[in-house]
Amino acid sequence: MNMLSKKARCDADGQDSSFFVGLQEYEKNPYDVVRNPSGIIQMGLAENQLSFDLLESWLARNSDVATFEKNGGSTFRELALFQDYHGLPAFKKVLVDFMAKIRRNKVSFHPNKLVLTAGATSANETLMFCLANPGEAFLIPTPYYPGFDRDLKWRTGVELVPIHCSSLNKFRITESALQEAYQQAQKLNLRVKGILITNPSNPLGATMTRLELNHLITFAMDKNLHIVSDEIYSGTVFGSSSFISIIEAARERNLENTDIWSRIHIVYSLSKDLGLPGFRVGMIYSDNETVTSAATKMSSFGLVSSQTQYLLSNLLGDKKFMKSYMKENRKRLKKRHEMLVSGLGNMGIRCLKSNAGLFCWVDMRHLLSSNTFEAEMELWKKILSEASLNISPGSSCHCTEPGWFRVCFANMKKETLKLSIQRMKTFVDSINDENSENQQLSFCITKRRSLTKWVFQLSLYDRGPDR
Amino acid sequence: MTQTFPPKPDSEDITRKPPSTGGGTTGMRLIVPLRGVVQGRGGLILGSLIPCALFYFLQFYLKRRRPSPPSNPASPSASSSNLAELQRTSSRSNLSSRGSIGRALVSTRASSIAKSNDSTYYIGLDRVKEDPYDEIDNPNGIIQLGLAENRLSLDLIEKWLSRTLNDSICGGSSDGLSISGIATYQPLDGLVELKMAIAGLMSRVMGSAALIDPSKLILTSGATPAVEILCFCLADQGNALLVPTPYYPGFDRDVRWRTGVDLIPVHCRSSDNFTLSITALDQTFNQARKRGQRVRGILISNPSNPVGNLLTREMLYDLLDFAREKNIHIISDEIFAGSTYGTEEFVSMAEIIDSEDSDKERVHIIYGLSKDLSLPGFRVGVIYSLNENVLAASSRLTRFSSISAPTQRILISMLSDTRFIQEYFKVNRERIRKMYELFVTGLKQLGIECTKSSGGLYCWVNMSGLIRPYNEKGELELWEKLLNIAKINATPGSSCHCIEPGWFRCCFTTLAEKDIPVVIDRIHKVVETCKSPA
Repeated sequence: MNMLSKKARCDADGQDSSFFVGLQEYEKNPYDVVRNPSGIIQMGLAENQLSFDLLESWLARNSDVATFEKNGGSTFRELALFQDYHGLPAFKKVLVDFMAKIRRNKVSFHPNKLVLTAGATSANETLMFCLANPGEAFLIPTPYYPGFDRDLKWRTGVELVPIHCSSLNKFRITESALQEAYQQAQKLNLRVKGILITNPSNPLGATMTRLELNHLITFAMDKNLHIVSDEIYSGTVFGSSSFISIIEAARERNLENTDIWSRIHIVYSLSKDLGLPGFRVGMIYSDNETVTSAATKMSSFGLVSSQTQYLLSNLLGDKKFMKSYMKENRKRLKKRHEMLVSGLGNMGIRCLKSNAGLFCWVDMRHLLSSNTFEAEMELWKKILSEASLNISPGSSCHCTEPGWFRVCFANMKKETLKLSIQRMKTFVDSINDENSENQQLSFCITKRRSLTKWVFQLSLYDRGPDR
Repeated sequence: MTQTFPPKPDSEDITRKPPSTGGGTTGMRLIVPLRGVVQGRGGLILGSLIPCALFYFLQFYLKRRRPSPPSNPASPSASSSNLAELQRTSSRSNLSSRGSIGRALVSTRASSIAKSNDSTYYIGLDRVKEDPYDEIDNPNGIIQLGLAENRLSLDLIEKWLSRTLNDSICGGSSDGLSISGIATYQPLDGLVELKMAIAGLMSRVMGSAALIDPSKLILTSGATPAVEILCFCLADQGNALLVPTPYYPGFDRDVRWRTGVDLIPVHCRSSDNFTLSITALDQTFNQARKRGQRVRGILISNPSNPVGNLLTREMLYDLLDFAREKNIHIISDEIFAGSTYGTEEFVSMAEIIDSEDSDKERVHIIYGLSKDLSLPGFRVGVIYSLNENVLAASSRLTRFSSISAPTQRILISMLSDTRFIQEYFKVNRERIRKMYELFVTGLKQLGIECTKSSGGLYCWVNMSGLIRPYNEKGELELWEKLLNIAKINATPGSSCHCIEPGWFRCCFTTLAEKDIPVVIDRIHKVVETCKSPA
């Protein structure tokens, strides 16, 4: 009796993609330093676990917040009953201050334009519900976060059309790529409603340049499109070049109070910057009243627990703590990033230059047996089974070039990262040995073949290559 | 209804041309030849034909651009002029030119939701927010009787918290949990420990005859997303669910807004004490089939909201038979299961499917902590189903509405304290019963009757004798009188799609005992004005 809806039956949530298969494999055989030292190390989950100790000590010092105590009285009753989808005003206030701080106060945000949702997953989906009808499309630069196929398309019926980016120019978005994607959508008879970018990018780990942002803004103005900027990693920028938000770029062009200003929407969350994905705190920021009004009402389907709002409004409101936390967090991210990049560098593997995020975009094209996605899958499976590392293949991120992988470094202890680099080295060495053996073998065989042909020209014995 | 004609017409709506660079040139291209024609070359005929053609295209264009009607067909009649005043201010802001351009580019859904004609249910809630009653600070404020919230027993939870909370949040010696336990990604359909604790709670609440299996639970951030998720799982766009009236106004939002699933009312009447009849269900099902609308399930609430009656065991079996015969699902919203106060026994669908050998897979139960435990702010909802496919689909869908981890932790502690829970439910039920009796008695003294109810946080009040004329308009006028003169927000039956005018849902659990005489007194004033000759 399969009486479910079409949506429930289809696999539009992309659960079969290698991204999710890898996560599942890890679940079956997870690494544990004591209980399962040869298990799979999870390098496919972009989670920030580096600074829990700081959060823990804050909670220990502020246990009254956790127990709903406030100035001798209790806030429990109000919080228990609070289900206003406009959100706790104190919480929204500290959130907008926090967001402004991340953008070096180059832009300011207003709490009334912020809509709270249960995680960025919910925020992205809600924006799609608000901006596009089923069958309409959004352009999205590749490579992109595999979860978007589920979050943006599944229940909304919205289509995604990729903007192809190439390693030749560091995967930056170009004007021609934008045009091409737009035309592709037209060929498919899809009406394009907007562009969705992730800045800093997932999986690239790089912030977008001013030039790219300007291309986007000009294009969106020209074609009357929305821009959704998922800035979930904006607080993880550790490199020297800084983060420019789409809003900052638009402001620099004096586009406030113009049409395009009401078509720019930001998605944010505390899952990556603060390392609190379990708290389920996401948000949409938009100057468009229709969008915020509709999104606020839709947020009934995913409100943030009042208790969490209260707890975090105190945490984020502790400006002194937050300042030192963000600084320390960035420092630790930078260190880990360097560790991974140099570790991989030592085995001849390069990473795309990145200055943000919880992962590196790693170039393993030279390790492929052929320049195909089948070879990439092969390599991924080998790394999973032989090196016991779960990393994310570029194809699951819709990368157009085979051989790129996303490797996360912030969701494990330092020793675990060291171990994973070691395992990688062992694996790469073995591949190199294999390759050079194969090379020698094929060289010998080629030589022998020509000899054979020449010597046994008239022989009936056909010695093909011994593969 | 006029709409501003946007300066940059979206050419796609008229012809499939490649996007033009500017709307202005399109305008010019139309005007220039027109002038030539009208000034004599084409003569009078073309001079009148072309404007007609343009007018036709304008109407066609505007028709295409108009967003689809708000998804609330039974909303109060717009003819009531006072209602227009009560419309939400956000709709006014959409009249600004930027707003109309923005609206033109957003989805159809967003346009209708953003400016939706909120029903009296929501309008009333907003009015109370603006002017809430407080015995000391605002004695002339509006008393809230329109929100099914239970404030009677929060003190019990407060006491529990102050006794036990310190260790719960981030662990400590008692749980051995650290923040890394709650901060990291959790299984998106809820922590196993919380599922177990909730299964225990539900087993207690739904009568110990039903044993709830924790592995068949999906946790969501409130019952609201639980209803929506089930709709996404069980029905396609354009399909429908049958729902007995009167029903909870929020279902219109939960079922219709984003899923595209329709709700078909099955009318219940006061002559039957608003009990559902299978005959009516059957008739409605057949009518829907004739119209070509595919019914995928029945949505019931038990204890019923807004009436407060309980479905009998016999009725539940009859419903299951009906569902089997038509091959459809049953969604049973049992969110008030723990808030029963009458003498009748509450029977859950969980008990029915527990005993049935077949058809366990047709029934899906919704529960939550917002009503029975007075924790709407914490956002905890539950889907209980024995259908593996539904469970699998729901657990994937709930990623958009997961419960916050620190909240899960506190609740695990609280719900696992079975002695506290047992005590809480016992005392809570007593308090609800007491308030119910006081309220109903008070209304009786004014000559106002309520249906006999046994569950929920409200009563279903018959004020049909006070309305003139005896129709929806009369009911809304009474609602406004209650709101503006008596300063009481009650939920009119029309917002619950009740087919008989004059019924109101009044929630009494937001009040303290001493508030009841105040409420009765205020209603008395309105009753007097209604009885006096026009």
